[in-house]
Amino acid sequence: MSVLVGKGTRLIVQGITGREGSFHARGCADYGTKVVGGVTPGKGGITFEGWPVFNTVEEAVHETGANATVIFVPPPAAADGILEAVAAGIPLIVCITEGIPVLDMVRVWEVVKNSKSRLIGPNCPGVISPGKAKIGIMPGLIHKEGSVGIVSRSGTLTYEAVYQLSERGIGQSTAIGIGGDPIVGTTHVDALKLLNEDPDTEAIVMIGEIGGTNEEAAAEYIREHVKKPVVGFIAGQTAPPGRRMGHAGAIISGGEGTAQSKMDAMRAAGIHVVVSPSEIGETMQRVMGK
Amino acid sequence: MKIHEYQGKEILRNFGVAVPEGEMATTLEQAYTAADQLFSSGHKAVVVKAQIHAGGRGKGGGVKVVKTLEDAAAASKAILGMQLVTHQTGPHGQRVRRLLIEAGSQIDRELYLGLVLDRASARVVFMASQAGGMEIEDVAHETPEKIFKEYVDPAIGFQPYQARKLAFKLGLQPSQIGEATKCMMGMYRAFMDSDCSLMEINPFITTQDKKLLALDCKMTFDDNAMFRHKLLRELRDITEEDPLEVEASKYALNYIKLEGSIACMVNGAGLAMATMDIIKYAGGSPANFLDVGGGASQEQIENAFGILLSDPNVKAIFINIFGGILRVDVLAQGVVNAARNLNVTLPIVLRLEGTNVEEGRKIIADSGLNFQVGSTMKEAADLVVAAAKSTLRRED
Repeated sequence: MSVLVGKGTRLIVQGITGREGSFHARGCADYGTKVVGGVTPGKGGITFEGWPVFNTVEEAVHETGANATVIFVPPPAAADGILEAVAAGIPLIVCITEGIPVLDMVRVWEVVKNSKSRLIGPNCPGVISPGKAKIGIMPGLIHKEGSVGIVSRSGTLTYEAVYQLSERGIGQSTAIGIGGDPIVGTTHVDALKLLNEDPDTEAIVMIGEIGGTNEEAAAEYIREHVKKPVVGFIAGQTAPPGRRMGHAGAIISGGEGTAQSKMDAMRAAGIHVVVSPSEIGETMQRVMGK
Repeated sequence: MKIHEYQGKEILRNFGVAVPEGEMATTLEQAYTAADQLFSSGHKAVVVKAQIHAGGRGKGGGVKVVKTLEDAAAASKAILGMQLVTHQTGPHGQRVRRLLIEAGSQIDRELYLGLVLDRASARVVFMASQAGGMEIEDVAHETPEKIFKEYVDPAIGFQPYQARKLAFKLGLQPSQIGEATKCMMGMYRAFMDSDCSLMEINPFITTQDKKLLALDCKMTFDDNAMFRHKLLRELRDITEEDPLEVEASKYALNYIKLEGSIACMVNGAGLAMATMDIIKYAGGSPANFLDVGGGASQEQIENAFGILLSDPNVKAIFINIFGGILRVDVLAQGVVNAARNLNVTLPIVLRLEGTNVEEGRKIIADSGLNFQVGSTMKEAADLVVAAAKSTLRRED
């Protein structure tokens, strides 16, 4: 079993004829994900690199039986793309797009939370279950099949953690990139629930960063519900307050969202918090006794 | 994106929020004319306010209340062009290039009104407090019960009953509730219409003749939404921003200037923050945050290099790339070209991993340039901290 993605995934790509969309549609398919088609409004009816293209998500779902979508639509239209996927009843929506206006996401979240769809992202690398399937933009080859689940707000920092684990022969069950925006469809707590309930996941790496109080909530959840060992890291310990550090959500404002507050909460919850990002792999190795 | 107080007040005025009469001035002549008009139309006092993108202007000497035209001229002369230091500007302060010349008000009570995104509930929240005129962060920290909140349902928007609830909690008199509601509804519409990420009126005052006025205004826009606000984009004042950050934004580079001596170039925001952290952990201090993004070209790398080298504090450069989409060989070629073209003499430490890493390492090794390569983040961080220290020693 794996979380969110697997051999049963039937993926469509919204924005498949675009530069990013086509490149990563190929990347997902090469990794073994069953890509069944794509959506580009106005280009319905054509076949693009072997995949059927549809004008609407509804049509794509009807024709292909898709149960997941990955969105590469540019920021001005991405919120609309998510809403279209929700309306079409797709159970898993992964939105890669970075730069969606946050007030758009306020409206989108109101719809998503009252729907049956799960949204991952936006502004995320996606989800991968090594050896099975990936929905997203992460480099597949650094991953290794195994039993460590990963949840992270950052893309390349996740790759860093994966690399450190794989180098030590520690494989991963599922890595979930939840995204760096202030409002994301799946939070640390949501992702931790999935990994905690997944029998194939024995230990968890949780990577957070400055901004918001999501990590504090996650620490509380771990303290109460998670028996699996958790290694944690928070990026932005040296970030100045009031400045957005690349990610729209990575900002310390009004005294909220400091790395210290998050690390304190995580330590209090029994998480193995590392101060240096280079210690994620070795700490997990020690914790798992490998 | 931040804007000036006078610009924010102009927006508020258009949405029916009461603000004092006033005009912006960039010269002493303009300031004099504006003050003259206010006194001539019967105002007893005029306020000369420095316009910079930072709070705490009053304490820093950037706000003066005057009773005569002569004093207005003197205050304008003192403030315009001064290097205003506040708790938000850093020790060097910010040069005052614009003034707001405004009618003085007879303040009775100072209140606080604010709108912000609440991340935990994913909703916009309207905040009101009787503790106006103070740092609202301090109020939130020490006496959170003094801040009243109304969460906005995105489907229907902020409602008049919510504004009334807040108005009564502010202890306003029955005769003021209607006007307060109008102001708050206007603030909400301005917030949504302008894609704000923050709007604060501190203080929002009642005057001795029972009127309501927005005496200050802080407004910040969501950068991600600026593509759909042509008019708001024109409000940007780049003289308020760090010149290197302005330069970086031209190339779509995500750069933030810091105070340290080790420049960093990283792909991905999370890894870029983590790189700053590990420099600190190794005993150094980062000179900047720089995320070159997932698809940086060689040209982009050269632009990034140019910006890093323009910072005179930089003693060594740390390049930390985890190649996913961004291929390591592309990055390596960009670094080699930039180092040659720009005649870089500072030590450069690289840590490369990911897609096409072998090709990338070969390009670095064959370049004949003086690069050091660390095999892990930690090793590279140790190398770059040592390199920065030796540069410093040489300079001494």
